[in-house]
Amino acid sequence: MSARYGFAGLVKLLSASCLMASFVACTETPQTLGSKNDQPAYQGVQSGHEAFVRPGWTAGDKTSWESALRARGQYGANDHARSP
Amino acid sequence: MARMKFICDAERCIECNGCVTACKNEHEVPWGVNRRRVVTLNDGVPGEKSISVACMHCSDAPCMAVCPVNCFYKTDEGVVLHDKDVCIGCGYCSYACPFGAPQFPAQGTFGVRGKMDKCTFCAGGPEANGSDEEFEKYGRNRLAEGKLPICAEMCSTKALLAGDGDMVADIFRTRVVKRDKGAEVWGWGTAYGTSSKKTGASS
Repeated sequence: MSARYGFAGLVKLLSASCLMASFVACTETPQTLGSKNDQPAYQGVQSGHEAFVRPGWTAGDKTSWESALRARGQYGANDHARSP
Repeated sequence: MARMKFICDAERCIECNGCVTACKNEHEVPWGVNRRRVVTLNDGVPGEKSISVACMHCSDAPCMAVCPVNCFYKTDEGVVLHDKDVCIGCGYCSYACPFGAPQFPAQGTFGVRGKMDKCTFCAGGPEANGSDEEFEKYGRNRLAEGKLPICAEMCSTKALLAGDGDMVADIFRTRVVKRDKGAEVWGWGTAYGTSSKKTGASS
């Protein structure tokens, strides 16, 4: 008798496992941050293409790149700061 | 740095389409594809409002969620980009996007829909920054040149702002406070209605 319950339990366990496996297949692809084989913008442009690079920051230095962009945005778009 | 964001000040936009023209010229976008466009509400009616619309580089981008080949990716600055070598041109992203950002060049025999094209926040694509291959597929990579998107930089009234989300929000907040109006243009109440507006509509 106990062997019969054991077999039924095994079947239930297998069924539950299959059910769980089917739910796993329904999960969405994670939207992970970070680039897919893309070079970060603060690394600058490829050598030989520096003609249009704005001076005042160092390629590869993220902090200087961020500061340069912020300064450019403030100067270019914040007219209240330019003529209060 | 926070995430890169666009915002368009509807109180300032004069529907000059300078942003559209600048974008097309900078990236040599083909005929029929508009990465950016200006939408006018109540056109011709006094008090009409215009707004410049492109990819808003959503924090939780629906295009990324529906793409069957997972061609989208997001940079550390929050710019949503895609890989044209992976895109199959199915158009799912076009249906999912609430801003109509994904564009498809209709060229070739039977008007076959090509690879998706959209605003890159002037950040190019997966090819080497500033390379000819990158320009060919995605246009200029101005971020890697230490510049901001050309549409915002060319905006004559500075209605269109682009850059670090914190900075853009500060500039817009200053404007709203100084002119003492315009805050109602954005926010939860505008999108979903306030309790007073709902009451007014129902009565």
